[in-house]
Amino acid sequence: MYTELIMIVMGISLVLYMILGGADFGAGIIELFIGDKSNSTVSRAMAPVWEANHMWLIIAVVILFNGFPKAYVILSTNLHIPVLLFLIAIIMRGTAFTFRHYDAYHDKSEKIYSTIFRYSSLLAVFFMGITISAFFSGTIPSDTSGTFTEQYIYTWFNWFAVSVGVFLVTISAYIAGIFLLGEVETEDGYNSIRKFILWIFGLSIISGSSIFISSFVSDLQFHKLFLSHPIPIGAGVFASLIAPYIHKLIQAKKIWTMRIVVGAQMVLIMIGWFIIQWPNLVVFSDGSMLSMYDAAGPVATMKVLFFSLAIGVVVIFPSLYYLFRLFKSEDNLTLD
Amino acid sequence: MEDLLAARLQMAISLGWHIIFACIGMAMPFLMAFAEWKWMKTKDQVYLDLAKSWSKGVAIFFAVGAVSGTLLSFELGLLWPTFMEHAGPIFGMPFSMEGTAFFLEAIALGVFLYGWDKISPLAHWISGLVVGISGVMSGIFVVAANAWMNSPAGFDFVDGEYINIDPVAAMFNDAWFTQATHMTFAAFASTGFAVAGVHAFMLLRGKKIRFHKEALKIALIFGSIAAFAMPITGDLAAKDVAKRQPAKLAAMEAHYHTSKNAPLILGGIPNDETQEVDYAIEIPGGLSFLAHGDFDAEVIGLDQIPEDERPPTIVVHFAFQIMVGLGVLMMLIGFIYFFMRWRKWDYINNKWWLRILALATPIGFIALEAGWTVTEVGRQPWIIYKVMRTKDALTAMPGIQYSLLTIVVIYTILTLAVIWLMHRQIKSIHEKYNA
Repeated sequence: MYTELIMIVMGISLVLYMILGGADFGAGIIELFIGDKSNSTVSRAMAPVWEANHMWLIIAVVILFNGFPKAYVILSTNLHIPVLLFLIAIIMRGTAFTFRHYDAYHDKSEKIYSTIFRYSSLLAVFFMGITISAFFSGTIPSDTSGTFTEQYIYTWFNWFAVSVGVFLVTISAYIAGIFLLGEVETEDGYNSIRKFILWIFGLSIISGSSIFISSFVSDLQFHKLFLSHPIPIGAGVFASLIAPYIHKLIQAKKIWTMRIVVGAQMVLIMIGWFIIQWPNLVVFSDGSMLSMYDAAGPVATMKVLFFSLAIGVVVIFPSLYYLFRLFKSEDNLTLD
Repeated sequence: MEDLLAARLQMAISLGWHIIFACIGMAMPFLMAFAEWKWMKTKDQVYLDLAKSWSKGVAIFFAVGAVSGTLLSFELGLLWPTFMEHAGPIFGMPFSMEGTAFFLEAIALGVFLYGWDKISPLAHWISGLVVGISGVMSGIFVVAANAWMNSPAGFDFVDGEYINIDPVAAMFNDAWFTQATHMTFAAFASTGFAVAGVHAFMLLRGKKIRFHKEALKIALIFGSIAAFAMPITGDLAAKDVAKRQPAKLAAMEAHYHTSKNAPLILGGIPNDETQEVDYAIEIPGGLSFLAHGDFDAEVIGLDQIPEDERPPTIVVHFAFQIMVGLGVLMMLIGFIYFFMRWRKWDYINNKWWLRILALATPIGFIALEAGWTVTEVGRQPWIIYKVMRTKDALTAMPGIQYSLLTIVVIYTILTLAVIWLMHRQIKSIHEKYNA
């Protein structure tokens, strides 16, 4: 029972990371495309909460190596290269954002910080998508007899993985766009983000389709898993069908309804993914699986981990609520 | 370069780098909260300015510490997957607790940095205190996990299998308390001296403003008190090491031959070939006394350790000597400071005193890195003491030298960037005060 419960906590962490972290990464991607117009909005909206938004990743990785060490080992060996690239991007964007925000002077150096922040935001999400894709693509060999390419390169360097990477980039930018619509102060800013959302939504449909096509063409495991479950199909269809409704909300400027609907849309996509995976963590190239029960640590570990997480939930959620209530949708946050 | 060496260097650089930011993240919030508290009591603007300036330093160091820590949480697996596969379920508990503490720290820091006008002064001050407390808790948890590698507990190792796992016993292993207390005080000592040194340097540069004087006083109080606690916590740690890891103690002291009434060796150059230490000063019975509290106690030498289980003597011995030497120096400075305060001397305007403090800026962190080297290199060749060798934990993925190179380049750039940023922060303070 502890194994399932822990997996659910991990799922919740990933959903929150997807939405909160995604909005944060996406803000950098939006800046990359819309440029300086959005810069001050992003800094103002993100600064008090961005550190907390990234803690979900830490929680997820700790659960993974503590509770499911076998899956953590696969992540860190077969996917060594994209994980390292992801981490480098994380370091670059985190420091660039901090430097830009706290530097005592606003001069030419700000341009450098911004450029690094924007590109590394995009790359971080892209490599994260590539890494995640390997868990359900069926590109990881189930033994270690393969060549270097089979073991460490093809696992993540393929059309399918790139599609997932691009899809995640578009989704994060989309989440960030929806969030920032409520934070911009001018009509002009609202319109440029609105246009960007339309454009990025189109891209997410293209890259989303590419995920399925590449899985068919390369004969991977993903589409087989997806099509064998009714709920993910339903979730996917529903998530797409509410798009016109969201568009209407954007035009009517109903900020909070829009945020909630998009949040629900993301939760649906994530639940669809979890159902495909459940109870498996890794789908191997020969079609065999590493289930969460195979990967789980001993009972004593799971029990202790569960209670540590329970303490965490009791401490973190109220504090987080306090933080968000204090700073959300308020104007003129100044650091002096 | 060999993958094992590359992986060890990469781990050493990542940890050695992170440790500085982590320690500042532990100690600096208390300096900041102390300044705010003085402001609340005296309503003196200079303390408010100080709390705000230090808080920006905390923000920068925390962010850099957070991302370098994220790297580490993955790097353990990227470099040492076999270790993590077996150790993860055993020593994971402190890490999961650390996740919570760290999360709380991030939240409290957000409140502190941006909540100046939004919440009451007392609530604001408490948020600053929460940053510090959760930072220290994080540090203690991570060190407890490291202590487990030195003092494995909470499982039985039978025929290559890890059975009867008890994560609570693993967390509260024999070394956790001594290592955690020593590390926590080290964080305060090194941060206190570094902050005092920077402000002393500014005073020397002719920036004779009260801002720096008050800053220096506060930082030095923290640094000195922590420095006095170092030999006490260090002595506890050393006695524990003598009991549990005789190989490490022998390497620290370059103690080649098992003997009773063993001398304490100061300085010198250990020679593994001749099994002697050249040019050393010896204090008869000193080692026996420090290790076991008895001048005639037997201290196990390297001769009783199988050759393939000995840590590199020279590295560990030098690191230990550096740590102790600098620690004594810091205590001396702390002692002089309190003496001068007691006698009400005008030390704050004394050029020589300020010069000494400015020169002492890095010594706390050098001692910290040296101490860390003693712990980590002294554990070699084991990654889990007496259970798993470091070389057996290494990843199967070849070409680690390339990731090492990448990390070196990134951390070099980041180091320079952080120094530059700090320089600009300080410059802006002067402009504010001259205006």
